[in-house]
Amino acid sequence: MAVETREEAVTIKHHSEDYSVVGTRPVRHDGVDKVTGAARYGADVSQPGQIYGAVTRSPHAHARIRSIDTSKAEALPGVHAVITSADLADPGEKVTGGGEATAVPLKYKSGNVLARGKALYHGHAVAAVAAVDAHTAGEAAALIEVDYEVLPPVMDVLEAMQPGATLLHDDLHTDIAGEASEEPSNVAAKFLFEEGDVEAGFAEAAVVVEREFTFATVHQGYIENHNALALWHGDGELTVWCSSQGHFTIRAEVADILDVPVSKVKVIPTEIGGGFGGKTTCYLEPLAAALGRKAGRPVKMTMARADILKATGPTPGGYVRVKMGADSDGKITAAEAYMAFEAGGYPGSVVAAGCMCVFAPYKLSNVKIEGDDVVVNRPKTHAYRAPGATQAEFASETVVDEICEQLGMDVLEFRTLNSAEEGTWRAGGPAYGRIGHKECVEAARDSEHWQSTLEKPAGTYRGRGVASGFWFNIGFTSSAIARLNPDGTVTLLEGSPDIGGTRSSIAMQFAETLGIGFDDVIPMVVDTDSVGYTDVTGGSRVTFATGYAAHEAANDMRRQMIEGMADVWDVAADSITYENATFTANGESATFKEAAHLLNEDTQQIIGKATVTPEKEGNAFAVHIADVEVDVETGKVTVLRYTAVQDAGVAIYPPYVEGQMQGGAVQGIGWAFNEEYFYDENGLLRNATLLDYRMPTTLDVPMIETIIVEVPHPGSPFGVRGVGEVPIVPPPAALAIAIYDAVGIRYRDLPMSPHRVYAELAARQNGAEA
Amino acid sequence: MATEILSGKVHVNTTINGESTDFLAEPRESLLEVLRETLGLTGAKEGCNDGNCGACNVILDGRLVNSCCVLAVEAGGADVTTIEGIAGPSGLHPLQEKFLEHAALQCGVCTPGFLVSAKAMLDENPNPTEDDVRWWLAGNLCRCTGYDKIVRAVLDAAASMRGEG
Repeated sequence: MAVETREEAVTIKHHSEDYSVVGTRPVRHDGVDKVTGAARYGADVSQPGQIYGAVTRSPHAHARIRSIDTSKAEALPGVHAVITSADLADPGEKVTGGGEATAVPLKYKSGNVLARGKALYHGHAVAAVAAVDAHTAGEAAALIEVDYEVLPPVMDVLEAMQPGATLLHDDLHTDIAGEASEEPSNVAAKFLFEEGDVEAGFAEAAVVVEREFTFATVHQGYIENHNALALWHGDGELTVWCSSQGHFTIRAEVADILDVPVSKVKVIPTEIGGGFGGKTTCYLEPLAAALGRKAGRPVKMTMARADILKATGPTPGGYVRVKMGADSDGKITAAEAYMAFEAGGYPGSVVAAGCMCVFAPYKLSNVKIEGDDVVVNRPKTHAYRAPGATQAEFASETVVDEICEQLGMDVLEFRTLNSAEEGTWRAGGPAYGRIGHKECVEAARDSEHWQSTLEKPAGTYRGRGVASGFWFNIGFTSSAIARLNPDGTVTLLEGSPDIGGTRSSIAMQFAETLGIGFDDVIPMVVDTDSVGYTDVTGGSRVTFATGYAAHEAANDMRRQMIEGMADVWDVAADSITYENATFTANGESATFKEAAHLLNEDTQQIIGKATVTPEKEGNAFAVHIADVEVDVETGKVTVLRYTAVQDAGVAIYPPYVEGQMQGGAVQGIGWAFNEEYFYDENGLLRNATLLDYRMPTTLDVPMIETIIVEVPHPGSPFGVRGVGEVPIVPPPAALAIAIYDAVGIRYRDLPMSPHRVYAELAARQNGAEA
Repeated sequence: MATEILSGKVHVNTTINGESTDFLAEPRESLLEVLRETLGLTGAKEGCNDGNCGACNVILDGRLVNSCCVLAVEAGGADVTTIEGIAGPSGLHPLQEKFLEHAALQCGVCTPGFLVSAKAMLDENPNPTEDDVRWWLAGNLCRCTGYDKIVRAVLDAAASMRGEG
């Protein structure tokens, strides 16, 4: 085990690989454009003759749409087109996806883009207009008259499940293992994961802790607004520019919603200003296309921040109950969980993922996990960085801490004793391959942070907490095309939008495979016509899966270059070797660059390509340590020190691995302390601005220390696990535990905002005085 | 004359990144809209349009402002510096160099605003502490980085501009 220490950067290697490009810290390929303002994000793209779109949105949380009168809007000078859901294809009972997108009834996807029959949340789009400029479009959108029959809003998951609750969808029946319930319900689906015998397990326990937790709806909070620019060509072909986490997904959704062949739609990805799971689906793209078709002009749209908060996918709030038992040695004997997640106005929350993650860091013989996907009058929820895991593991990790307390056991020793490892069954399967949770726990234990004593000056309330986190990390499909240039560089075409340095982390794997330099690879994210199918930038999959594709494309290029050099040198291909970026055969020798020149002169085009769907998921684990101070007079909690430990597999591009860990931790801190959707009694969102939806600023967080643990993933050529998501998982639990250590109160509701923290402190004070 | 009304639009003369610039704007248009949609200077970004995210920050007559909260006509006669004007003819500004070196950006959409804000700070205070940097940049939201590398990059750029390190 080698420990490499830079100033403020620690990597602990559990392998002996010595790479020349992988693991280095060059300046990213797209860096200069992103510090000079030259990089083109979605809203930065324009077309000659473009007009601007705007959306009319429901002022009600739940309402039947009786009629829509667009005449006043159409009469406004400067207006070119007005659309309602009648201008989109009739979705019928068609199911979208199946191959290139998640399978979802089209009526839900299309209905979320433009309401069909009913508005299901405050801000639900009901109509759209295109006009000569954005201000005129906005005025026209306000002139659209919608006759609503206002219905009672259903906002809370537990209330939505009560008998007699108002139904959002008369035709929604609960899916239980593929069978539909008799009666319609707000419960869209029920999930069950079970192994062993929990009752027997709890009977063996010396300690059993059962607790309930709630958590507020939170938004991904990407800084770039949603956007779309649509241009119809004379021959019925459609080009869409937009920023998204997956332009192949946007292509499929636009084609389905407008009912045009997918081959007629080209989506050109722009730079994307953050997504975190929230830009994995379309909102404006089909509207810009439908408006453009009607107006005969290119239509550009951007979404205002208030509408982003009201009407794009936040991630679910909801409820979790966790029960866990352990014997007197600290071994977990049984664990049980129930969770209900907000799906929003249409089915499909991330509750199943929450179920599969809730106990994932631990080896369990007796476990039962149930989850309900519940529709409520909130925006259709979406993924947010390790979707479902943060909510679920906030609950389970807090319960683990309480069990350790009751047993008088060290929390890291408990985690080592019960840690999942290779071969451990995980809810939803498969059994784990080689994973690194234990190594993360060890690294946390050995860290300077954990070994240091938290100073607690008189009159301060300070505490330390630690929590583990798990996220799957997925494979899915990625493609890469590598073109050899005459000057010996390689243009690497890929279909993964780059949200945080993945052009470089992919190019580094390509370069390492061929032994060429970082700057010899020129990575480009290209449109849906220019590279093979590639799934979304999500699931922490890009450096893993698209990096895998790049590795395979590099191998393909090498094979082709060897065959090409066999022609050039007139030797047998199998007599040529390639080592140290040099081709050698029978006394002939050419470096990679020389070979590129020779092959070009010989008019040989070398185009390596690959599409991969790696089967073994990366399985990321993290352990975070937090020190906090609670101001008992205001309830405000300050993070004094924070350390994130994470198994990256192998850190391909360490500064950006650290960046993911730091960014994820800070999003988790925001989720823990501040972020929350406030709905009033009518189901209207009252904090739809970035002043009132309060994300962390520079003043809210300390430096975030990182310890990268490298336990290579056997399913990746370079041992990559993927790093993006898991760092958001541990913070709420680690912080709740730290607050308990500071003031002796367990907080089980997110966010632990000052007024909530203060209320419990005041209640205890009043109780003591009474 | 810096402004003149022409058929509902106002003629505005201003200086942007050192160059005299003329444009026509409706009185209701923000400086951000004109920079982006009229002048093609898309480096300043719209993140909130109400002064809460800092992604549109520019320096106007030496003052750091949210360009979404300034009317375009208010820029008449003013001297405006946008992200496009931060790099000099000889290359990147030390802040830009240090952002790259420290990996102080991920998606990069907030980066122009941070760089403009940091430049405005260093113009006033060439020797900031970490607290100074955090106070000054508190009006800029970044959702990707957790701020750690941004703060380090700004401190390092300041040191480098002072001739240290």
